[in-house]
Amino acid sequence: MLDIINRIFFRDNGRSKEVARERLRLVLIHDRASVSPNFLNELKEELIRVIREYMDIDEESLVVNFENEEESVALVANIPIRGFRRAANE
Amino acid sequence: MKSRVLVVTSGKGGVGKTTTTANLGTALAMMGKKVVLLDTDIGLRNLDVVMGLENRIVFDIVDVVNAKCKLKQALIRDKRFDGLCLLPAAQTKDKSAVTPHQMKNLTNELRSDYDYILVDCPAGIEQGFRNAIAGADNAIVVATPEVSSVRDADRIVGLLEAAGLNKSRLIINRLRSKMVKRGDMMNIEDIIDILSIDLLGVVPEDEVIVISTNRGEPAVMDNTSRAGAAYRRIARRITGEDVPMFTLDDTNNFLDRFKKLLKLAK
Repeated sequence: MLDIINRIFFRDNGRSKEVARERLRLVLIHDRASVSPNFLNELKEELIRVIREYMDIDEESLVVNFENEEESVALVANIPIRGFRRAANE
Repeated sequence: MKSRVLVVTSGKGGVGKTTTTANLGTALAMMGKKVVLLDTDIGLRNLDVVMGLENRIVFDIVDVVNAKCKLKQALIRDKRFDGLCLLPAAQTKDKSAVTPHQMKNLTNELRSDYDYILVDCPAGIEQGFRNAIAGADNAIVVATPEVSSVRDADRIVGLLEAAGLNKSRLIINRLRSKMVKRGDMMNIEDIIDILSIDLLGVVPEDEVIVISTNRGEPAVMDNTSRAGAAYRRIARRITGEDVPMFTLDDTNNFLDRFKKLLKLAK
């Protein structure tokens, strides 16, 4: 609410640091991820290992990537499922 | 006392690495420590002019590693302070004139005679950077409260960690309290939050830095300089003293303090 009031009354003077902070946050997610090329691969392998315990997935077509949204960066994983493992009753 | 090699680095150029090296080195020498300043910015040396020692250079760091002279011959003794020396960079060579291995040997040789070896790192992340960090025990990362500088500092922290330098500490340089107060500049918490490294100190924007660089006399020698005072506090912190952090109110100028006094009087 305060933010909205701020935006209406102080549209052009001040608060540019919020813009700076937000832009930095997003750019650093990309920087840090792209700096280590192994990061996504390791994450992908770890994901496969975990998900495989619950369902049968198509490991070859699995895609993990960062996607830019309006105000956020999302980790998007597209994991084709071949079938569910039969739940063992406990 | 165990000697320490500290590299002053930033990634981005123009944020105050050389000014920071000169002021911290001078402040440590004023505290009675034995200090050597090492300029590793081969081809673009500047620590000599900031220190006001440019007229006394005979040999440089490249001469030393190539055994063209003895280490002691190349060291320029600062006559204003006991125990303060500068090893200048070469101006005519490039960064490949020295290897990380040679830098490591050089800093190790200096350890026996000095308490603090401050290495002024060039901008960038190429060989000059790799040379500068080769012999370092710890890194001091300098950043200004700007998006480009903080971004580069983040990259540098990552590269330092990859090289095994894990306890880097941050100096936030050229902070303008007025801009922070009106929300047009990131504050200390914002930057620490983003970079998630320990804060070593905050240096306010100060015109005295330009004047002291004009003269070749580090600002820590000037008792009226706010940046100089900040650097003296950081130097004490480096020696392990527990010095309270700079707050925004410390950067108030005389007029602000006067206004506050009037308000109190009312």
